[in-house]
Amino acid sequence: MDPIALKAEFPILNQDINGHPLVYLDNAATSQKPRSVIEAVKRYYEWDNANVHRGVHTLGSRATDAYEGAREKVARFLNAASREIVFTRGTTTGLNLVAHGYAREVLKPGDEIVITHMEHHSNVIPWQQAAKATGATLKYIPLQPDGTLSLADVESTITENTKIVSIAYVSNVLGTVNPVAKIAEIAHKNGAIIVVDGAQSTPHKKVDVKALNVDFYAFSGHKMCAPTGIGALYGKAALLEKMEPMEFGGEMIDFVGLQDSTWKEIPWKFEGGTPIIAGAVGLAAAIDFLESIGLDEIDRHEKKLATYAIERLSAIDGISIYGPREDRVGLVTFNLGDVHPHDVATVLDTEGIAIRAGHHCCQPLMRWLEQSATARASFYLYNTEQDVDRLAEALWKTKEFFGYEPVR
Amino acid sequence: MNPLDDLYRRVIMDHYKNPRNRGSLDDGSVTVNLNNPTCGDRISLQLHIEDGVVKNAKFTGEGCSISMASASMMTDAVKGRTTEEALALADKFSSLMKGEAAEFDEYEDIDALAGVNKFPARIKCATLSWNALRKGVESGQGEHEGIEQ
Repeated sequence: MDPIALKAEFPILNQDINGHPLVYLDNAATSQKPRSVIEAVKRYYEWDNANVHRGVHTLGSRATDAYEGAREKVARFLNAASREIVFTRGTTTGLNLVAHGYAREVLKPGDEIVITHMEHHSNVIPWQQAAKATGATLKYIPLQPDGTLSLADVESTITENTKIVSIAYVSNVLGTVNPVAKIAEIAHKNGAIIVVDGAQSTPHKKVDVKALNVDFYAFSGHKMCAPTGIGALYGKAALLEKMEPMEFGGEMIDFVGLQDSTWKEIPWKFEGGTPIIAGAVGLAAAIDFLESIGLDEIDRHEKKLATYAIERLSAIDGISIYGPREDRVGLVTFNLGDVHPHDVATVLDTEGIAIRAGHHCCQPLMRWLEQSATARASFYLYNTEQDVDRLAEALWKTKEFFGYEPVR
Repeated sequence: MNPLDDLYRRVIMDHYKNPRNRGSLDDGSVTVNLNNPTCGDRISLQLHIEDGVVKNAKFTGEGCSISMASASMMTDAVKGRTTEEALALADKFSSLMKGEAAEFDEYEDIDALAGVNKFPARIKCATLSWNALRKGVESGQGEHEGIEQ
């Protein structure tokens, strides 16, 4: 793959920020959108827009075909069946749907929910709330010093009382790739189901929910070249059947009586109200775009960039890099001596480089790292080694800038 | 001066690396714990207020150079002033962040923070300690918790 040619497909990347060509390294927060996705959304609004599943007219059929076609595409992308794909607003909505509609139905006092210390707030708080509502206990799998999980810890934390295990496939801070298939096996052996936060994995690597044998898998479109406001939740059909909807209203009903109503089949019973049709169209175009490059290619490219970035950044004295050195994805979280990450991000911004600074929605993990905040550079398919060079040079400058002895 | 040098003036770096009034008060009558959940900055400000005068002010906290330097300057600036004067300074600081007030005669180090208004994402860093002051003076005795919106 040719990242320089791919960069040209992203109109937003072709601009100067503070007098320098933009280097966008905040992809774990959200990715930029290629022309093909922007065009697909535009074409939908200019030609096909109508409400779905109800219009007898031609536009209504076209909009429905586009929306359901997008569902089929997502299903193929994850190796699932269409009826197992629920469109959502994003990963957060998907995880909340499981924590409400499934967890609260099955959990009893004394049951356990197991997560890890590296989870994003969106895979922590829904479970805290579900635990409080049902009397279940929320347990955490500890981390190894390098930010990975040990299978021994997974084995000892998950017990026969565990009903739900929920875990990120990839950590948004450490870049760790968790052994999801093995954890699924351990969960199932104990009679628990496994929920996967796929926000940071889906954009970057091939995901096969059948091969992983996970029960639920949630992801967001906006981190994988699609518009904001669209994502999907995969659930095994039998579990989705058992799960209660969170939103009630139009689109999701079968028969409405005066005191009682019945729902549509899965997945539609979870999609109350007019759905995010243009978003689904954009997501389908994003999947086409990613598949035209190849997810394995993207994964390889980003790993190479991460390795190169770790090498360049390690040469700066006083820098701390967090997370494992091997088996990681294309993001690097670091701190530059005692320079606060917000100051680092501000200096980098004046050089046209966009990175993230803060707690990355991972306060429990920040406490584990004993840092109040960190800086993070995260790569995508359009980033190049030159981008990493610009980052490293700007960090040297930052160090110089903050390094001098203050006047007494 | 380039915007970065303007943002990180020597006087700001001095307050950051050698903060004035860092610590806590035994005779503090007012404590305000304020944090900014979006960036993780937090300050714990203690004031000793007697007969309507800020007799002493100290702070602890974690944050970027701008937020910590601003807290250092703020505590220095309000010590010995009446609560009315302290609130007037807080108003003046808000104006400075909007790019309005030109000179901070009462405590001229604060002028160095004028460059922050060119960095909209960083204004909240500079105003954190001043908002803690406002909350402390307005709420009076006791311990107060707050979250910046």
